[in-house]
Amino acid sequence: MIEYAFPGLLNYWIVFLLMMIGLYIVIAHENLIKKIVGLNVFQVSVFVFYISMAKIKGGTAPILADGIEVYSNPLPHVLILTAIVVGVATTALGLALVVRIQESFGTIEDDEVREKEEQDK
Amino acid sequence: MTFLAEHIAVLVVIVPLMAAPLCVVMRCGVASWGWATLVAVGNFFLSIVLIQHVMTNGTIVYDLGGWEGPWGIVYRVDEVGALVVLIISAIAAIVLPYAKESIEREIPKERHYLAYCMMLLCIAGLIGMAVTGDAFNLFVFLEVSSLATYVLIALGSDRRALTAALRYLILGTLGATFYVIGLGMLYMMTGSLNMTDLASLLPAVQNTGTVHVALAFIVVGFGLKLALFPLHVWLPNAYTFAPSAVTAFLAATATKVAVYALIRLIFTVFGDVDPLESYGVRPAVMVLAIAGMFAGSLIAIYQSNVKRLLAYSSVAQVGYMILGISIGNAPAMAGGIIHMFNHALMKGSLFMALGCVFYVIGSVKLEDMAGLGKRMPLTAAAIVGGGFSLIGVPLTVGFISKFYLVQGALTEGMWPVALLIMLSSLLAVIYVWRVVEVMYFRSPAIGCEERSEAPMSLLVPTYVLLGAAFWFGIDATFTGDIAMSAAQTLLGGSK
Repeated sequence: MIEYAFPGLLNYWIVFLLMMIGLYIVIAHENLIKKIVGLNVFQVSVFVFYISMAKIKGGTAPILADGIEVYSNPLPHVLILTAIVVGVATTALGLALVVRIQESFGTIEDDEVREKEEQDK
Repeated sequence: MTFLAEHIAVLVVIVPLMAAPLCVVMRCGVASWGWATLVAVGNFFLSIVLIQHVMTNGTIVYDLGGWEGPWGIVYRVDEVGALVVLIISAIAAIVLPYAKESIEREIPKERHYLAYCMMLLCIAGLIGMAVTGDAFNLFVFLEVSSLATYVLIALGSDRRALTAALRYLILGTLGATFYVIGLGMLYMMTGSLNMTDLASLLPAVQNTGTVHVALAFIVVGFGLKLALFPLHVWLPNAYTFAPSAVTAFLAATATKVAVYALIRLIFTVFGDVDPLESYGVRPAVMVLAIAGMFAGSLIAIYQSNVKRLLAYSSVAQVGYMILGISIGNAPAMAGGIIHMFNHALMKGSLFMALGCVFYVIGSVKLEDMAGLGKRMPLTAAAIVGGGFSLIGVPLTVGFISKFYLVQGALTEGMWPVALLIMLSSLLAVIYVWRVVEVMYFRSPAIGCEERSEAPMSLLVPTYVLLGAAFWFGIDATFTGDIAMSAAQTLLGGSK
């Protein structure tokens, strides 16, 4: 039914939705951990985008064998492996920074952190 | 020697990349400092070999693992690329000897070796961005350098360094991800990631919505990384609270490499499309560049922290570079490229001089710097010298870049733009003068009148870089020739 409403583009609508949800969380939430998670959702939407564009309906893995004629493009899938690693590193570093912010500011709410920063001036 | 000549394009990336983990293994601040310095100086010599090779034999195309492009990843080093590599490795080779004393003062002892490891990773990432000929590889190197940068900023002694690093991490990741989205759309339309291959495939699809949106994502993504006004909000705090040596290195290299990457994307990848002209975005880019020049300088005038003052001035200087790109003739383009080199010299030396100030008096607030001309005459003189360059006084590098920019603007008959360049230089006079006035015409606070200069290990690197800023201002043939021929090649591709 949904597939019928957006023929062939369902994945891209999901990408679009995830991207906006992620971006909204990054902008609108004060909690720093939620911001990092929002960033993660945003990045994951791009992963889905790459994976969707390489997938062909009925295509299999690109193996040289008899009877395999339609196969998906492996390159974007491999690229996304790299991007996933980058995403994991970014999330880990971001969370580590949040831990240290909690240690030195005593809070991880962005507005409270800002207030304390004002006092430092 | 043949081995060196054959693999030089990849060696400048591999050497610092492989050297970085050794710093972690050593677990000793002094040893890893010695190692990092050795590697940085060695890499500087490699980059001299690289630029000589490119100047005599033309553009190097290096196939990684013997896989030819567009299937394999290629490195492609032309004259500007070699110049950018030279800037990065020269700044690294000057900042690392300086870093020892400065970092010992500002970072707890148990984290020293990590700082040097991150420095090397950052160098590897930035050089990788300059040499790669593969658009996705560019993203990987961008993230290598960015992740190292976030850690380096977070090492600052003030607790606000942590929030500055986190905010930069969020915006930097958004920027890099925007670039990946744009690149994905280009891949959808062309099926290639190789920059030269993309350049030949793009004109056929240039009028599709997908390519338009892709370009928008790419430009906004890199706009975030290079701090194009109004996407610069991460920069002032990051530069202010990072350790002095880190600020000197980043201010001199990071934004410039992003500018260079954007130049390559617009003028090489989109070269035959000529997006500035055919999509009609030239005025928009120019307005943003000029707005950055003025907003950066105006905000700089009102800063009480000198490090933050110079950070806002960096936003303005990035504006000059982008203006040079947006005017779109050879002299202006050359002005933008020369300014990448020149700004690295002057901002690097200024931030290093501020590191000397912080080392001795423990603050870079304007009011604490009163009477500095008497207390630290050599450091104060270095700040004045760098300040002259920011203004664009003749015989300094700043004059050379503005000369080319104004010439470019006048050739196009854009005399209001030329006038605005002059006007924004006047704003630079104001903020530099504020610092000079406090240093030389106010008496120092009671109890700290005695002369106490920074140690030689800090002053010598500062003066080496400052000397270069004057040297290339008096004799600009080396940088001028490279930039001019590069500008003609880049623009030739788009006509």
